Amino acid sequence: MIADLTAEFGDRLHRREDCPDLPTLEIPPELITPVCTRLQQREETPCEQLTDLTAVDHSPRRPRFVLVYHLLSLAANRRLRLLAPLEGDHPEADSVTPIWPGADWLEREVWDMFGIRFRGHPDLKRILMPEGYDGHPLRKEFPQLGIDPGRHYREWDAGREG
Amino acid sequence: MSETSSRRTVELHWQPDLHEQPTILNVGPQHPATHGVLRVIVTLDGEEVIDAEPVIGYLHRGKEKMGENLTWHTWICHADRMDYLSPTLNTLGYCEAVERLAGLEVPPRAKFLRVILYELSRIFAHLVYVGTGALDLGAATVFFHAWREREKLYDIFDVITGHRMNNGFARIGGIQADITDEAAAKIHTFLSDFEQRVDGYETLLTNNRLWWQRTRDVGVISAERAVALGLTGPNLRGTGVCRDLRVHEPYAAYPEMDFEIPLGTRGDCYDRYLVRVEELRQSARIIRQAFDKLPQGEIYAEDRRFVLPPRERVVTSHDKEGVYPNQASMEEVIAQFKVVTDMKMPAGMAYRAVEGAKGELGFYLVSDGGNMARRLRVRSPSFNNLQALAEMARGRLISDLVAVIASLDFVMGEVDR
Repeated sequence: MIADLTAEFGDRLHRREDCPDLPTLEIPPELITPVCTRLQQREETPCEQLTDLTAVDHSPRRPRFVLVYHLLSLAANRRLRLLAPLEGDHPEADSVTPIWPGADWLEREVWDMFGIRFRGHPDLKRILMPEGYDGHPLRKEFPQLGIDPGRHYREWDAGREG
Repeated sequence: MSETSSRRTVELHWQPDLHEQPTILNVGPQHPATHGVLRVIVTLDGEEVIDAEPVIGYLHRGKEKMGENLTWHTWICHADRMDYLSPTLNTLGYCEAVERLAGLEVPPRAKFLRVILYELSRIFAHLVYVGTGALDLGAATVFFHAWREREKLYDIFDVITGHRMNNGFARIGGIQADITDEAAAKIHTFLSDFEQRVDGYETLLTNNRLWWQRTRDVGVISAERAVALGLTGPNLRGTGVCRDLRVHEPYAAYPEMDFEIPLGTRGDCYDRYLVRVEELRQSARIIRQAFDKLPQGEIYAEDRRFVLPPRERVVTSHDKEGVYPNQASMEEVIAQFKVVTDMKMPAGMAYRAVEGAKGELGFYLVSDGGNMARRLRVRSPSFNNLQALAEMARGRLISDLVAVIASLDFVMGEVDR
């Protein structure tokens, strides 16, 4: 499944041995687009579907954020997981929407929930939280009860009276 | 007088071409045809849909954030409240994922009972599609017929689990309780005429000329496009792609079940309808097989690091005569407390997906070795399926948008989580 990738990209890919459930590759973020393009277009076992795209906040450990791609090859009935660790507290990564159009909402959700931006996304805006919301709820510093949950109601009431 | 008359003069702008400006129509978030709190911003040229942009998040409750702040066992009841049309299926799927992370093997009897619960949940959810999907297009009769069967299923879940919905019945390493004779009898009675009931829905819809006109060649999506957009479940199978996790990534006792995967050919609303109706029959077939092959034995795995003690060892109960058939043991109560509050999960990550009623319901769990998840990600099928709405509705009439929304069969609790 991943032999041709290691042949092409060499030791910049790192096979994770601690994930027994799925074959897992750790890739540097600048390789996201080339590796995904290669996986989607190759002759044997192409990954036609991006099943899931999400992120994990590992703070206080560094690198803090890791993007997680779950890919599926329907022809071979095989899955592949890609992990892309990102440096910094407000990182950016390349969008995979040109490769899989289904990544559109998934990347919007990662931006909304973690504050990770995607370069080349057609319309990167919030999806679950309302427009104009402060903060990104799945970041570890975000409190579980939310930041000032009544704010939107107050603004709404103020707008109604005025 | 002159003032009044001048006010009454209304300047009429005659618009020779109404198609010059597209109309923006806001549908929802409170609208019966959107199946929950979905808002769609529709751009119209006359009656033709140019674009339809779903706006979601009105039911966002932060299930994933809660997963990071609750112990592994206590999150189970939150899985119920995602796809609230098939609650038991969600909780079982979550437990399968935790079991993969913990390396637990469930005993055979629990696997077969899980299959029964999975398929009852699938019927539970598909009946909503048949009922409301037809109701949206004006066929109100089917709705009442489908709800009659659904009401029976509520009663069945009540007898099996003690709740009509949101029953929190799954447990890590097994299921909460064994099935009683009363529940088994109720299920058999329900199944005895279920195929005839499904035939009844079909006589109302399948060859109905109105139903054909509203659904055939409406909301068409090609197989390649469906795969690229991340569609799964009946929506993907309606395009002819054979992908069913019960067969392709088997779990529970599905390897021992014999059933067929219905496939569509055109990828339109009508094919998605046919696929779901046939799945109703196949689910009934699977439940019968599961009862026939149901082995005796335990319903909980042995591993006491992750599995709750049997309920009769934790709760003292008495019958009407005041006799105590169950005597709780203090050691087991302590063991249960420790499992619920302080269960250490091995560090690592696991992804496990089950075939939900709407498609691939996946759970991606990351553990640091603690009693709570570092990350609990729900890959909900409805979220990805809803992305296809704009493509299916574009170029069709506004009334077809309702047919497309109904045929996508999403549930907002699962889209927003």
